Amino acid sequence: MRLKETYLNAAVLLGLLAVPLFALVTDEPFTITLVTRAVILALAAVGLNIALGIGGLVSFGHAVFFGLGGYAMGILAHHAQTYTAMDFGAFSIAGTKVMPVIWVVAVTLCALVALLIGLLSLRTSGVYFIMITLAFGQMFFYFAISWAQYGGEDGLSIYVRNDFPGLNTLVPIQYFGICFVLLALALLLFHRLQNAPFGLALNAARQTAARVETVGLTPMHLKLVAFVISGVITGLAGALFADLNRFVSPSMFSWQLSGELIVLIIIGGVGRLMGPVIGACVFVALEHLLGGLTVYWHIYLGLILLSIVLFARGGVIGLLTGKEGAHV
Amino acid sequence: MSLLTLENLTASYGSSQALFGVDLTMAEGEVTALMGRNGMGKSTTVKAICRMIASQGGLVLDGQDLHRLPSHKVAQLGVGLVPEGRRCFADLTVRENLIAAARPGQWSLASVTALFPRLGERAGQRAASLSGGEQQMLAVGRALMTNPRLLILDEATEGLAPIIRQEIWAALRHLKQETGMAILVIDKSLKELRRVSDRAVLLARGKTAWAGRMADLTSDISEKYVGV
Repeated sequence: MRLKETYLNAAVLLGLLAVPLFALVTDEPFTITLVTRAVILALAAVGLNIALGIGGLVSFGHAVFFGLGGYAMGILAHHAQTYTAMDFGAFSIAGTKVMPVIWVVAVTLCALVALLIGLLSLRTSGVYFIMITLAFGQMFFYFAISWAQYGGEDGLSIYVRNDFPGLNTLVPIQYFGICFVLLALALLLFHRLQNAPFGLALNAARQTAARVETVGLTPMHLKLVAFVISGVITGLAGALFADLNRFVSPSMFSWQLSGELIVLIIIGGVGRLMGPVIGACVFVALEHLLGGLTVYWHIYLGLILLSIVLFARGGVIGLLTGKEGAHV
Repeated sequence: MSLLTLENLTASYGSSQALFGVDLTMAEGEVTALMGRNGMGKSTTVKAICRMIASQGGLVLDGQDLHRLPSHKVAQLGVGLVPEGRRCFADLTVRENLIAAARPGQWSLASVTALFPRLGERAGQRAASLSGGEQQMLAVGRALMTNPRLLILDEATEGLAPIIRQEIWAALRHLKQETGMAILVIDKSLKELRRVSDRAVLLARGKTAWAGRMADLTSDISEKYVGV
């Protein structure tokens, strides 16, 4: 049977809402936390999908932004909870426990770092781009490991989840709500970008950069803007992820995480609106179900990935809708 | 004042020189045919104008030295190229191809599809799934969407069915009469070029061999430099 992608997308979003609500009724808070984890990973991958799916930029360093978001949350909350100020020598800044403020800091930080990494790495393409983004990822990873002030290799624990005005973030369903709304907003942004002249030109630049120049557009600018937006969304997801676990560690910067984000998108469907969401749900479900049976559950994930790459190039969405390409 | 001036323009591909001194002048609203046998430098001249290859000599558009600009700036100044071999964005739909290139001006989705009704009918179709002729119309439409002052067509009717060629020539004549857009056109059909062009520039061995009014282009001259 071939589904229309719009119906499939709606069904996935409704399912994502229904499962935690059902878990709420049946009083299974762990399930809500599990779905929240999927929603946050999906958000991170929606960010990457802008660079990877629309722009064709295979960033193997998106963990940089995930980790930056995480550490922005961890450091700010750490200082707020220990009533110490961040000392910058000439001046000092107090920490904060307010999520929206943490998000603004995380997003600004990620935008600046993405701009810098983008300016340097977008001069390359193909395998060189993959390697240079991986190198940036490793740089941040090893820096975090050696940053003893904030836990170094052990990471940094936060005792209480941060506050959101008007909500009790420690109640799983309420934190899920926050994450779900942010995911929905990111999906809306992705959809708008993909169909706006900017997204179309970016897509065109992915196909052939030289042709884009002859109509007066600059591939470098298009890719840089996409890379920054992409990094910002993944960074926001990092801040949420850290708050979900009340813990940040260098593993948020690891290349495995960058790889997992790519895998999520490939499973769901590259460049598809809901590709990252479906990928994240499949990933978290496998991790939970198979992870309970064997510690080697990644083998099964690998087999699934292999069969998708070999037999279903459009990912799960491509398989269900009968359309391989992200476009049209 | 002229819109486009090429003065003793030279260009090379690596160590092999392709242009040895091209002179060309176009006025606002004028249609110029760029002619010559294969390998005489027609496409290279176009690439040099669009700054897709490095060149030396005079290259001025409306008082601006194009040699100082990268290719996307030249396009922004109003040079719309319909490249050889169509080169649409294959994965985008017809409509998306047009929107991706759009810049403000009189040409919009509506006016382009009015000029080429087939594009309107196929708006939701992927460019890769179009016929050669439709892709060519899309390439012209995409260049128009940038609202150029100078439209350049490099072999726009090559390899197309006669009926499609007629549609494209008709569109060019329409552009000339209704919009007064300057057009630089490269094509094999001398008959159609005579019908639409005000002036002609003939290249031989990478140099301008003859330039003048199309009406003054005798069959002796065209026989000598173009072979027809």
